[in-house]
Amino acid sequence: MKKTGAQIVIDAMLKEGVDTAFGILGGAMLPVFDVLYDAPLRFILTRHEQGAAHMADGYARATGKVGVCMATSGPGATNLVTGIATANMDSVPIVAITGQVFTTMIGNDAFQEADVTGITRPITKHNYLVKDVKELPRIMKEAFHIARTGRPGPVLIDIPKDVQIAETEYKYPKNVEMRTYKPTYSGHPQQIKRAAEAIHQAKKPIIYAGGGVIISGAAKELAELAKKANIPTATTLLGLGGFPETDRLSLGMLGMHGTRYANYAIMESDLIIAIGARFDDRVTGKLDEFAPHAKIIHIDIDPSSISKNVRVDIPIVGDVQNVLRELNKLVRKGQYAPWHKKIREWKRKFPLTYEDNGELKPQFVVEEIYKATRGEAIICTEVGQNQMWAAQFYQYTKPRTLLSSGGLGTMGYGFPAAIGAQIGCPDRIVFDIAGDGSFQMNIQELATAAINKVPVKVAILNNGYLGMVRQWQELFYKKRYSHTSLAGGPDFVKVAEAYGAVGIRVEKKGGVRPAIKKALSIKKPVVIDFHVELEENVFPMVPAGKAVNQMIGGMA
Amino acid sequence: MKHTISALVENRSGVLAHISTLFSARGFNIDSLAVGETDDPAVSKMTIVLDADERILEQVVKQLRKLIDVIKVQDLTGQNFIDRELVLVKINATPATRSEIMQTVDIFRAKIVDAKPRSLTVELTGDADKINGFLELVGEFGIKDIVRTGKIAMARGNK
Repeated sequence: MKKTGAQIVIDAMLKEGVDTAFGILGGAMLPVFDVLYDAPLRFILTRHEQGAAHMADGYARATGKVGVCMATSGPGATNLVTGIATANMDSVPIVAITGQVFTTMIGNDAFQEADVTGITRPITKHNYLVKDVKELPRIMKEAFHIARTGRPGPVLIDIPKDVQIAETEYKYPKNVEMRTYKPTYSGHPQQIKRAAEAIHQAKKPIIYAGGGVIISGAAKELAELAKKANIPTATTLLGLGGFPETDRLSLGMLGMHGTRYANYAIMESDLIIAIGARFDDRVTGKLDEFAPHAKIIHIDIDPSSISKNVRVDIPIVGDVQNVLRELNKLVRKGQYAPWHKKIREWKRKFPLTYEDNGELKPQFVVEEIYKATRGEAIICTEVGQNQMWAAQFYQYTKPRTLLSSGGLGTMGYGFPAAIGAQIGCPDRIVFDIAGDGSFQMNIQELATAAINKVPVKVAILNNGYLGMVRQWQELFYKKRYSHTSLAGGPDFVKVAEAYGAVGIRVEKKGGVRPAIKKALSIKKPVVIDFHVELEENVFPMVPAGKAVNQMIGGMA
Repeated sequence: MKHTISALVENRSGVLAHISTLFSARGFNIDSLAVGETDDPAVSKMTIVLDADERILEQVVKQLRKLIDVIKVQDLTGQNFIDRELVLVKINATPATRSEIMQTVDIFRAKIVDAKPRSLTVELTGDADKINGFLELVGEFGIKDIVRTGKIAMARGNK
């Protein structure tokens, strides 16, 4: 059957199981949007393309499915860039479809032309410029396949307008035929055996679990390994929810703003079992001094993550779930009694804490959200202090319950991601824990949430600053608060109301619980503007360039 | 240390851009990159020379393999391999120096491909040592222009 390029795009999306897409149209995407007009697919018109990319990302992280965003050529496509880079750093499967000027115009500096495949090359897993409509079915098939398999990531398809209009004989390919792309899913049995032996020989083992555990759907297998072998388990920011923080073996989050006990434990350990993590600088601190006594087992599907930052003793390339299943067959019950005793001691001496002086503390807000949602919500965060408090003071017990821009650290991520997550998971409570700075970076999506009746909740920890940067200025730049004050910012309650959402202001500690309760009872987007203590800091903290056990602050 | 990497890639537009973007984005410095079609027009072969320690090299190879359009990557360094480079060099030539240049050309089994009253253009193939040796000698006469293809390489043996 003959179909136009535009029809092929939409048909391929439907065949790939896409039920929702996010974006904004424009001149170079008119043919595709004309087909979308009566397609059985929910399209969410956002108010900025960056919002669309983050919504696709939030939808993907919350559901595990591929998120789709669409934009027109030139500025539409370049506005997606931050969202695509965010997804790339955190291995999120999204497919971005962009319009492009006519093939005959490419390179002529045409109206709304940008070299989008050129711009997005380093921030996508792969990208395509479709020059012939005959290639479109194969490319659509490959794009979804590449996005969701192996180490997932964003794939961009740039489609010139004439290719959208052109017709071709169409049959959607059943299979992907690529000789170059074959991710390794099964770990090498010999390496897995060596890993088990190393675990049996260790005296002070620790599991360091990252986002790969969640992507691979391996939370169950991870819990089995930790419990069977009796190994204390720390997670990265993106790994939160991959192992229940309420478990006695949990060390919470490690790294720059991790728990003291997690960082002390990793520095003293003699065996690190790194699972779906990549030894990011926020985790290792000063690299030369990181875990000096430890042998390292590293399980990851991406060979280039292994031995990139630290030298690995037992690399295992494979899908985390597959490898853990095999490893769990081999590991025996571990003892490690003196090690557990030492960790218990650290936990007792250095719990995560903050000074409760009766003022409205941001940490208290996070704790109250945890209590009110019984830990069952999907939490999105912006970036900075709000992100770290959300990581520290909410207890994550299930995968896909914390959505945060860990790698790129994108302010403005949380709110649109929350909208995407809520659309993907309509029955869940979705809370964006935000800062007043970050929230303003995509505040326009209040319109998207209100008009589409997406009942997300936003908790602004409003301290009138770009708080994390102010904290660094306080600690390392002699309190010279150069351009970090956001004082005089908008009345968020009025802003919410103007967009058709509900706004609540909280200025006293006593108002926190009722406000959250009220927000949860309203079936609309709600913005709660918590006026928290202005110069509260995130502690403990590893200063930049220090070893991770040289933490400051946060002592009871 | 200098490493020679051979990569088989899909012969599609954008592949070279993907590879050069990778090198610049990751801060890898390459000495040379040569690329051309193979017997299969859908496939190209690249030879990349770079100066890197073992750790960087391992990353380069892994990152190259990760690119969707890359079929196969092989580090030839340490293996038995043949490498060649082609250079065209335009040398200042006066009646006084002309015969000396021609002798040098003979010694290196190079070829004169263009002769003009004040210059000789020479074509030479060989490995890096040979080419560098030749350039050192003719450098004395003054080089007006030079172009090198970059190294191409192939493992020896039946495979």
